[in-house]
Formats: sequence, structure tokens, C-alpha cells
Amino acid sequence: MFAGWYKKGALAAAALVAGMGMAEAKTDIIVGMQLEPPHLDPTSAAAGAIDSVLYSNVFEGLTRFMSDGSVVPGLAESWDISGDGTVYTFKLRAGVKFHDGTDFTADDVKFSLDRARAEDSQNAQKALFAGITDVAVIDPLTVQVTLGAPNGAFLFNMAWGDAVIVAPESIDTIKTNPVGTGAFQFANWVQGDRIDLVKNPAYWGTPAKLERATFKFISDPTAAFAAVMAEDVHAFAGFPAPENLPQFDADPRFQVLVGSTEGETILSTNNKMPPFDNLMVRKALAHAIDRQAIIDGAMFGYGTPIGTHFAPHNPDYVDLTAQSAYDPEQAKKLLAEAGFPDGFKTTLKLPPPSYARRGGEIIAAQLRAVGIEAEISNLEWPQWLEQVFRGKDYGLTIVSHTEPADINIYARPEYYFQYDNPAFQTLMADLTNTTDPAARSAMLKTAQTIIADDYVNGYLFQLAALSVANAKIDGLWANAPTQATDLTAVYWKD
Amino acid sequence: MLQFFLKRLMALVLTLVVASGVIFLCLEIVPGDPALYMLGLNAQEDTLAALRAELGLDMGPLARYWAWVSGMVVGDFGISYTYRTPVAEMVAERLKVSLPLAVYALTLSTAIAFPAGIWAASRRGRGADIAVMGVTQLGVAIPNFWFAMLMVLVFAIQLRWFNAGGFAGWEAGVGPALKSLTLPAIALALPQASILARVMRSALLESLNEDYVRTARAKGLSRGQALWRHALRNALIPVLTIIGLQFAFLMAGAIIIENVFYLPGLGRLVFQAISARDLIVVESVVMLLVFAVVVVNFLVDIAYALVDPRLRGQV
Repeated sequence: MFAGWYKKGALAAAALVAGMGMAEAKTDIIVGMQLEPPHLDPTSAAAGAIDSVLYSNVFEGLTRFMSDGSVVPGLAESWDISGDGTVYTFKLRAGVKFHDGTDFTADDVKFSLDRARAEDSQNAQKALFAGITDVAVIDPLTVQVTLGAPNGAFLFNMAWGDAVIVAPESIDTIKTNPVGTGAFQFANWVQGDRIDLVKNPAYWGTPAKLERATFKFISDPTAAFAAVMAEDVHAFAGFPAPENLPQFDADPRFQVLVGSTEGETILSTNNKMPPFDNLMVRKALAHAIDRQAIIDGAMFGYGTPIGTHFAPHNPDYVDLTAQSAYDPEQAKKLLAEAGFPDGFKTTLKLPPPSYARRGGEIIAAQLRAVGIEAEISNLEWPQWLEQVFRGKDYGLTIVSHTEPADINIYARPEYYFQYDNPAFQTLMADLTNTTDPAARSAMLKTAQTIIADDYVNGYLFQLAALSVANAKIDGLWANAPTQATDLTAVYWKD
Repeated sequence: MLQFFLKRLMALVLTLVVASGVIFLCLEIVPGDPALYMLGLNAQEDTLAALRAELGLDMGPLARYWAWVSGMVVGDFGISYTYRTPVAEMVAERLKVSLPLAVYALTLSTAIAFPAGIWAASRRGRGADIAVMGVTQLGVAIPNFWFAMLMVLVFAIQLRWFNAGGFAGWEAGVGPALKSLTLPAIALALPQASILARVMRSALLESLNEDYVRTARAKGLSRGQALWRHALRNALIPVLTIIGLQFAFLMAGAIIIENVFYLPGLGRLVFQAISARDLIVVESVVMLLVFAVVVVNFLVDIAYALVDPRLRGQV
């Protein structure tokens, strides 16, 4: 009770101060979020919710993503790359401490990387570390990473949330008490409800402007709307109901942030299953789809059309949407040429997100217009993973691939859409071995064109990052280059 | 009385054993691999195998059933697949929300239903009776989640008297904690109170027609006196049955209300656990709910016997 009185007293005092015209800006924030992290170790689960809370706030890697998707130095101040591109010598920042007071040194880097690539590793992105053959500690602030072959994406890979640096001293309890080096430190987790972070007073870099940050988990879209309207939360990252955004936009209390994500939303097609093993059929499929209708109908206008598996905000993006423009007549003609003048039947298996469930209905209607009967079934994620992803028992499905720069999944013939093109596989292998930026850019452009020419999947749109916040909050990321809610630069305007 | 008690107790244990088998079987059939769910699209086979071994998923179903049941008997509910914390701790934490919420809602519904039911019965056919019957008909018909959203719109968004949801936590004090449970409790209590009031009314009316009530009236008691002294006690049997069922429903059925008010209760835990295929949590929580229902029914049976001595001889 005393706490309550004290708080009321503080509020009254704050009101008084505000009245006198010397307002002290708020230093705490409550951020709503739809999904709760299952646990708090970003290096042993795929759940994006873990990174959404902890990336950059609590944990940092050797390199890090900025809001525009660029990769900049993190815990590594600088690095040298050997002439053949296989040896990276990282110079680490001095004076960095973990939240438990222990020093951050080269030993922690070696521990983290060795743990991620170990045989019994539970890292969900183990492939990021596959090329590492050795991690050597040169001195406390220098670490040398040797790769089996040059890897042009290595610094990019080290910026992922799955590659953050953890300490051996705190690894046993990391799932409930994460100890990192970031500008915020973990304070408290009330499971099912919220996670509290507090400012790290000993941060090595620019200190956080907020004293306290709370992530509150609200899964129901209607409840999320109510929480923002009642101002129970100050911001909502990844707002789940795009249909409500115009209402917030019109309300002077709020600001709506619309940014880009790495999520290519595609109509994944089972390339080994007849009739989708026929290029002509896949091409017909592509022409049967009206992307803008899907963006308008399923996402209420938020989203950017794509013509290949690549993020439009990336400088290497090639706009290939014209190649698969909406043209139902052309689609019918192609189907007839492929031997299906009366169309055919297939399955459309939809995971839970609204882009899939709403988009699926629209796509099924568009396909019906050219004679393709897609039977819709709604699946939960575990079912989807089992049937579609692992079992490959599907004709069509809709998924947003949110991993950054993941066009290389098309080089995996066993991947669930089963695209097997040796030329593409060679190109990706060459890309990994190439470190020259200009050459890499050209190769990425070629890769985009190859999969668009092969009509591997139906390319729909790039998922938009949608957030709502109090109008007085500044410094939030609009874009989501990785699943992160970086609060290190967030503050309340007076 | 002792024999009655023991027989009821045996039935309780038997129900629990059968329930544990059914729950385990059902969840065995559900498709979906917890390890694949946790590690996602880019997981490699060796990583998945490592996680499965850690979770004990590489054991056979019988071994897993035995590990689960034998652990539960000594109070060890296992470790959650996803959260990696002991299930017992998680459940205890959630019960701090769900149990008070259920008690709060039940108190509210009883506090509304008893007077309303008695009032309606004592004024049968008159204005008060018709009003109570009309309102309760509405209360039964309105879905509680819709009513909950309506309350949020009015009391949280417009009037700002309450938060739109969330739980303040007991550490913030009893006042704020109860305040955050108030709207959910009302939403849960409304349909319950309506049903209870109607049952109360009809049970009372029925016992008011019994011979012993007529005898009491003949001895010179007023209608009200006969109702309070003789009819009410006998009318409580069906009412207790309904209260017992309602409590069980409030424990297990608050999932939707917990989602609307984003309360960290048991229902939400089960909901999350099912979608993450955290089978050990689902199994344990469902088992716990079965346990709660069976125990409440057991207590209701005992309460019958206390209210009506004739029932002690029957089983």
C-alpha cells in the first residue's frame, strides 16, 4: 500500500512540477508485444519474440544491425580480414562489462562461438557458424576466427541475434536470467505477463535515455487495441490488427510507424508435386494472382509488392513484379498449354498469422477464377511444421520468410518447396566464397532473376513493420531489419 | 458417514487414474514436434536431435507416461519444454491469478443470485419476478467475452476507471490486484449469476409446494417465515450442484476472458502451451484441472450429506 501512496505522491509532485513549467520527461516505457518469449536465451531457440525483447537491449554481438539493415561494429571495435578472406581478427572494445560485473574478454567470444557450433549445440541458426574452423584467443582484447573457406556474409551473420556474446559464468541460468553487455539489464519476468528491463549504469557506449522499460505481452488483437486506446501501454511493437491503424493515425495522442521488415510473404509452391513440377503451371499461378488485391484485402494496404524473394529496401533488389503481373487470361492460356484447360485441384494449407489466413481466402478466389480449385485447410504452427515443412504434404501454402537475406534457402533442394536447380546452387556457393561487394551485388541480382524466371513460388509482398506509439515518444525503430525492439535511443519528448 | 466418505474418495482416485491415461493418450496423438517448433525453419537435424534428447522426447511413450505420473504423485510435474522452468512453479504462479479470479467471480455471482432468486420466488408472478427472469434470460444469452469487450470500451477506454487488462500483481497490494480482477470477475460472474438465480428461484418454488411447507404454514408461519426456515435449506441441494459445476468451469473456462483481459492465468498458460506443443505443461495443467473438478465435486457431495442427512446412507 505504501508503494501506492508513494506513487500517488510522486505523481502529484510531477504534476506540480509540470504546472510550474519545468517538466521532467518520463523515463519509463511500457511496450506491448503480441508474443511472449518462451525463454530468454536468443542463442538456443528460433522464437523471434526472444530477440524482440533482448536484441541490442540486453545482448550484443561482435557486429550489429542498425535500423536501416546495415551492419556496424558492436562489441568488436574493428577487424582485419586476411588476404584470402578466411581469417578474421577482431579487436574488441575495452572496458566492457557484463551485467553481473564480470569483464567481457576474448574468452567470452571464443566460448560463445564454440558453444554455437558445438556438436550438441541447440542454436536454431547453426548454419551461421558452420564455416568456422577455429576460434583463437590472441590476447584478452583480440580474437581470431578462422573459416574453412571465405564467407562474404560472415560479418552479417555475426550480427544475428543467434550470434550474440554470452558469458560462461551466467550460461546455466540464461534462460530465466539473461546476462549480457547491453544498455539495459534484465530485471524481472512475470511469465504470461511482462518482462522488466532497467538501465545499465555501467554501459560502455551511449547510455540509454530510459531508466526502465517493460515489455507487456498481449496476444489478442482486440485486447491490444484496447490496451493502446486506454494508454495502458505506451507503444505496441508489431501491432497485430492493421485495420485499426487508421483510427490511431487520426488520434493526436498516437503516432503510427510503418517500416520495412525482412519478411518476404510468398505463396510457397511444392515444386516436386505434379502439376507444380511444370514451369508453365507455376507461371500460370503467378499470373493468376493480383498482389495489390491481397495487400489491400489482407493487410489493409500495408505491404510492398515483390516479384522475387528479396527485400525491396535492399540496394541489390531487382523489381521483377512486371514479370508476373496480374493477367488471368494469360494464366488460363498457360494452363491450357500445360494440359489443364479445365484447371485442377490442389491444397492450400494456411498457418495462423492473419496474412496467411486472410490472404489465403483471397488467393483461393483468384485461383478459382482461372479454374484452379484450392482447398483451404487452416493449420496451427506445430501442424504446419509437421505436415508442410517437414512432411512436404501440401500443394500451396502462404508463409512470410522473416530471416534477413535468406535467398540462399533456394539452394537447398530438400527445403520444403523442393526447388532443385544446380545452377542456382553453384551460384550460392560462389556467393558465399565471394567477398568483393560489387561481385556479390551482381550475383545477388542474378539469383533474384533466376528464381523469378523459374516461378519457384508466388511472390506476394514484403511484410510491413507496423507499430503504434504515444505521440511523445521518439527514437523507436520503424523498420525491423531483424526481430528487434531496440529501445537504447528511445526517449519521451517534453 | 465414514463409509460414504471413503467410497467417494475411492471414486475420486479412480477418476484421476483414468483421466491421466486419457489425457496422455490424447496428447500423444496430436501432431507436431515440440523441438521443431522451438528451433524453427532453419534448424539442422543434429540440433533437433540434441534438443529432443534434452527434453526426454527420445524415450518411448510408456516410459514418458510413467515418468510423468510417478513424478506427479510426489508433486514433481516435470520441466516445461519451452519455458524450461518447473511446471509446478509455473502453475503455482498462474494460480495466484486464476484462483482468486474464480473465487471473486463465484462470490459475485452468489451474492447477486441468492437475493435475486429468493426475491423472485417470494414474489412469484409479480413484477419483481418478471424483472429478474427477464434480466437473467439476457444474462444467460449474452456471451461473456462480448460483455467483457463492452466493459473495456466503457470503463477502460471511455471512463478510464480501470485498466484495459493486465494484472497488477499481489506485490502491488491487495487493492490494485483486486481492482485489476474486477472487470474480468464481473464478466465471468454475469452468466453464472443468471443461471444460479434461475435455479435458485425454481428450486425454491418447488420446495414451497412441498407438504412440509404446507404443514408449517398450517402451524401459523407466514409465507416468508416458511420460505426462510423450511424451504430454503431444501432448495440448496440443486444450487450447490450448480455452484460446484460453476467453480470448475471458472477454473478451466476462463481462457477466453483471460485473453480478453490479458491476465497471466492458468487458461492463458494452457493456450500458449498448446500452440507451442509444450505437452508436459498441457498434460499437467489439464490433470490439475481434472483434479480440481473432481475434488470440488467430492466436496459438493460431502456438502449434500451435511445439508441433507438422508443422503449419507446412499452412494
